Amino acid sequence: MSGLMWVAALFAVLLVGGYVFRLAGQKITSNSPKYRDMSFGVAFGYVLGAALLILAVYYYFQPVVREDGVPNASVMFFRWAVQAFIIGSIAAFLFRLLGRTIGTAGSRKLFRSMPLTAAFGILVIFIYAVFAIFAGAIAPYGQSEILGAANVVAGSDPAFGGNPEYPLGTDQIGRDILSRLVYGAQNTVGIAFITTCLAFFLGGSLGFLAATLQGWLDQLLSRSVDVLMAIPSLIFALLLMTLASFWAESLGVPLTIFMVLIIALIDSTRVFRLARAVGLNIVVMDYIEAAKLRGEGLGYLVFKEILPNAMAPLLAEFGLRFCFVFLTIAALSFLGVGIQPPLADWGTMVRDLAPFISSASIVSQDYAENLPTELLLGEVYKSLFPFFPAIAIALLTVAVNFVVDWMLHKTSGLKE
Amino acid sequence: MRSLLKIVLQRLGLGILTLFVVSIVIFVAVNSLPGDFAEAILGQGATPESVASIRRDLGLDQPLVVRYFDWLKGMLTLDLGTSFAQLNFANFGGAGTTTVAEQIAPRLSNTMFLATVTACIAVPLAVILGILAALYRNTAFDKAANMFTLSSISSPEFFMAYVLILFLAVLNPIFPSLSNIFEGMAFSERLEKSMLPALTLTLVVTAHMMRMTRAAIISLLASPYIEMARLKGLSPLRVIVKHALPNALAPIINVVALNLAYLITGVVVVEVVFVYPGIGQLFVDSVKIRDIPVVQACCLIFAAAYILLNLTADILSIISNPRLRHPK
Repeated sequence: MSGLMWVAALFAVLLVGGYVFRLAGQKITSNSPKYRDMSFGVAFGYVLGAALLILAVYYYFQPVVREDGVPNASVMFFRWAVQAFIIGSIAAFLFRLLGRTIGTAGSRKLFRSMPLTAAFGILVIFIYAVFAIFAGAIAPYGQSEILGAANVVAGSDPAFGGNPEYPLGTDQIGRDILSRLVYGAQNTVGIAFITTCLAFFLGGSLGFLAATLQGWLDQLLSRSVDVLMAIPSLIFALLLMTLASFWAESLGVPLTIFMVLIIALIDSTRVFRLARAVGLNIVVMDYIEAAKLRGEGLGYLVFKEILPNAMAPLLAEFGLRFCFVFLTIAALSFLGVGIQPPLADWGTMVRDLAPFISSASIVSQDYAENLPTELLLGEVYKSLFPFFPAIAIALLTVAVNFVVDWMLHKTSGLKE
Repeated sequence: MRSLLKIVLQRLGLGILTLFVVSIVIFVAVNSLPGDFAEAILGQGATPESVASIRRDLGLDQPLVVRYFDWLKGMLTLDLGTSFAQLNFANFGGAGTTTVAEQIAPRLSNTMFLATVTACIAVPLAVILGILAALYRNTAFDKAANMFTLSSISSPEFFMAYVLILFLAVLNPIFPSLSNIFEGMAFSERLEKSMLPALTLTLVVTAHMMRMTRAAIISLLASPYIEMARLKGLSPLRVIVKHALPNALAPIINVVALNLAYLITGVVVVEVVFVYPGIGQLFVDSVKIRDIPVVQACCLIFAAAYILLNLTADILSIISNPRLRHPK
């Protein structure tokens, strides 16, 4: 109850603070319009923001290890998060600067008008692509190679139970986590990319076909897509994966191939909708009429006339669709029915490494102060294991979303 | 009013038709298995006699259409059949099989509880934050909110879940990280145990709802009547609450219903992370042991809930916006 009282008191102080802030602003600037017309809500917002900023700075400079030798893990993680944020911003800024100075005139112009978030997104996607393509050369070990030591802590510092041979540590059965992460870029991202391409090929061509031909084919395809879209996609994918596991057994085909086909089918329905809608707007154009009068065939109409004109919305949709496919695959693998074991993949890694998370609970025990600080820190580092692959997943989707957001903003010309 | 009733009935009919077709899709998909149920239950080393006996028990010797209507009748009368796991158990001399319906019922109510708690936190939060973001658009607050929501939409549910576990359960033991809920538990204890899954779902759903609420309100702000209200000298808050909000209600209600439908998918992963005894957990477990009757029933329940929520969104937006009642 006293916690609630504290929150209420703090809130009251902030309310008063907002009033005082506005009043002071009016007095000091001799009633400038900015403070004169400021509503109380805005003044309160400023004070609240300032209070949060002060709190964050105060928290940042708390000692990482308390006086009794117990590490304060929350502060530690908070510091890392802030540092990662700052480093990411600086990297994005430098990357944008680089893009503005080298490259063709067109790309330089693109980089000049680019917000920092989009530059960050492009940088991350670029790095992931490099890792995915050169995984075999970058990874120090094989993706399912079982090495000598298990449960090695990340950070390669022997004092905390690390090992310089395994910079990010090893998992319960002694597989190198760094290698698995790098191969995961190849497997998870690669499979998601192939699936998205397949979904686009299927949904895009059928959508354009429906828009061009119309009539009964359009009706048939549209109604079937309506029905398929009435089932939530993850649920439908799980149902089809159950059935596919029987098929995989009787045909001797790896389950992963079925997964690619199933997710491509489910996501192609969404692509179909968009392609058909965009296509319908294009087929009424005069140049399509002219092409038809010239006697051009269906293939020419779809690929030479409609496709180039539908490129911009489809490209933005490709980014979003890739995110959905990637997250679906990660979720399926996390649930244990996606990409299968010999392949390293991030969803499965999160699930496998999840038990480590509770190892950090040792610092909140009473007997923690009797234990050596190195041991406690080692346990805290260990609890970060499931976050390596989880952050790898989140970072890529955030990056793609930032880029797509910027592209949509640019093409739609939205200012607000 | 007559026309409204007609439209609502029309949509309802369409929804039921969709559900009917979806049930056919599920049934046909399940029946396209190599071999059939009987072999699937008994596995590789089954004798022909036992396969034949199970086939007779389950009515697999009937034609497909007859079986479909039997199954549909069972679904409508809540007789969902017996799960394979239970059937196997009975074959090996286990006592007392429970039906799929008995397995699903308590779990469905648990999931409903979780969804309700989430909705109670997420809906007011999202609408208020969305209005604030629209009111103070292009300020530092709006940009921070935009970045935060974009990140939380794009990260997978299990990432959010583990971050919450790390900070609210492991490092600072405030909430339990495992939601072991059982019948007859006190409401407050139940609430406490389902707090972390509810918070995870809230984070994901709020971001969606808030962005859509913001977009719905901002798209209205260019309308002439908003311009008029502003020129009249009304305060920005009054313009939004009195003039923009009533017109944005239809899209906002739509957004809320769509996100509740989205909850259905999110609930599966979150329940698995927190070992919450809901229907999503049952579904995933059944998928893993390939227990087809349960998978089939769960899939139909999820699809029905999804269709129902979309239908509700449709009908509510028609009721709240008279213009939609008279399509041009």
